[in-house]
Amino acid sequence: MSAAADPAPSGALGAGDAVPARAAPATRLPRPLVALVLLLVAAPWWLPAVGLYPYLAVEVAIFMLYAQGYNLLLGHSGLPSFGHGAFFGVGAYAFGLAQKHVVENLWVDLAAGVLVAALAGALVAAFVSHRRGIYYALLTIAFGQVAWFVAIKWHSVTGGEDGLLNLRRPDVDLGFARLSIASNEGLFLLVLALLAAVVLGCWRFVHSPLGRVLACIRQNETRARFLGYRVWWCKFAVFVLSTAIAGLAGALFAMAQQSAYPNVMSLHQSGFVVMMVLIGGGLASFWGPLVGAAFFILARDLLGAYTETWLLWYGLVFMAVVLWQPEGLAGIWRQLRATAAPGR
Amino acid sequence: MALFEAVRLHKRFGQRVVLEDITLAFEAGTTTGLMGPNGAGKTTCFNVLTGHFAPTRGRVLLDGRDVTGLAPQTIARLGVARSFQTISLFDTETAQDNVVVALPRIRARVADAWRDLARDTAAQDEAAALLGRVGLRGRERTRARDLSYGERRALEIALALAGDPRVLFLDEPTSGLGADGTARLADLVAELKRRYTIVMIEHDMRFLFRLADVVHVIHWGQVIASGTPDALRGDPWVARSQLGAG
Repeated sequence: MSAAADPAPSGALGAGDAVPARAAPATRLPRPLVALVLLLVAAPWWLPAVGLYPYLAVEVAIFMLYAQGYNLLLGHSGLPSFGHGAFFGVGAYAFGLAQKHVVENLWVDLAAGVLVAALAGALVAAFVSHRRGIYYALLTIAFGQVAWFVAIKWHSVTGGEDGLLNLRRPDVDLGFARLSIASNEGLFLLVLALLAAVVLGCWRFVHSPLGRVLACIRQNETRARFLGYRVWWCKFAVFVLSTAIAGLAGALFAMAQQSAYPNVMSLHQSGFVVMMVLIGGGLASFWGPLVGAAFFILARDLLGAYTETWLLWYGLVFMAVVLWQPEGLAGIWRQLRATAAPGR
Repeated sequence: MALFEAVRLHKRFGQRVVLEDITLAFEAGTTTGLMGPNGAGKTTCFNVLTGHFAPTRGRVLLDGRDVTGLAPQTIARLGVARSFQTISLFDTETAQDNVVVALPRIRARVADAWRDLARDTAAQDEAAALLGRVGLRGRERTRARDLSYGERRALEIALALAGDPRVLFLDEPTSGLGADGTARLADLVAELKRRYTIVMIEHDMRFLFRLADVVHVIHWGQVIASGTPDALRGDPWVARSQLGAG
């Protein structure tokens, strides 16, 4: 109350020089993001033109969604969760199990994927949220490995190494209309709509009080604590949110692949989302993960068409980025803009 | 009853005793200075009082309530704010955003994930007014890491003030400041003194003796002398250190 009640802040210059000190409205989306979304919406039309196939657009959009949610932890909050594939996998399995054993309804099954992943996330978050740095990373890896192991061994539920097969893509029931997503083009539109919702939600989140506080906790956890913030609770909350988004991505992936299998929970799959986020520039930019996910999936297919060892080449690119351009593709874009319009 | 009390605090790290036996009382509305040589236990004392460490023995009382060993965030919520000897800010945030986050009204609504902090006019205005009070008008949009050293010191104080604290702990506020910066800070503290209960650790004796109502000298983890600045000028330890530090 002190400052607000202070009618005349010190300084003799008075109200005349009171420059509006407010930050720019955060709700204005950056232009590259808008361009990216337009590029995406048009993907099913331009992808075949460059020799790729519509299914690829589905996968790009799913991994964009996944990476965006993941970056709430890694880039935004500085929390190195290195076993995130577990929650992607839990989402996929929950979607498949709900479809097979409960009801074949798109919304119910997707909700199951999100909720079960968030519950698993809450369980892990309860153990890791009082940690930071290397301990946080190691604990999340350990939990990720546990989940992967359970998925392989719990045959009666998960189907073991084979996973859950012949999953279906239930129609999108909007009440007034029923749309089929059996085709990849149809599924793509659904994924795109959900991606838009997730990106918008993340955008709001990072500019909300909790989002801003998490960014502050990343920079100086002790300070946040001495300002009265319950740091544990903040870290817990963002972990659950991020794992819920991973669960949604996993559920969508189960539809895309029409199966759920343990491979997506493995350590190297968990590493892929880290690579997507870092190469895209998630540490420096909100939209970096979107670029990084697209870059990763396209590199996989384009490089993969030429060589079995595409991951080696991708890994070298990744190392080059980390060494010389730690802010990733987003950082390169930023530098280009700075060169093009100096002084801005 | 004093607003804030430390009763027979003892703190050891392993075999090393840092606070032997400290009893202090801070009356509401007063400004208290803590002085003493490096390693005397002043900062550890602050850390115990503000919840960074629990004491090995002894009690900490805020307004009669036992707050011994409570977490820093809990003690902060009860109205205890502090600055740090080594400047502790959110470096890549703007000065304005640093203060906004420090406001209790934002802390109270931290779970409100649908509010846009940049559009929270009341909070933004309150933060801007606080920055004005500590002399940072015009620097609102500058990132904390791009501020000058003196400005960063001022921002530290703005963060502590944002909570409208009942007790304000300042750990060596003049540390690293030149003569100009120290003079400006003295004016600021003189103004704050009228509204807040302040406890500060300080090596600059001219600064401390001008501003403090009561000064405690801490040495070997104990209070070796206490009194008003006038009374203390005759104290042999104070006289000696004045010769040394100027």
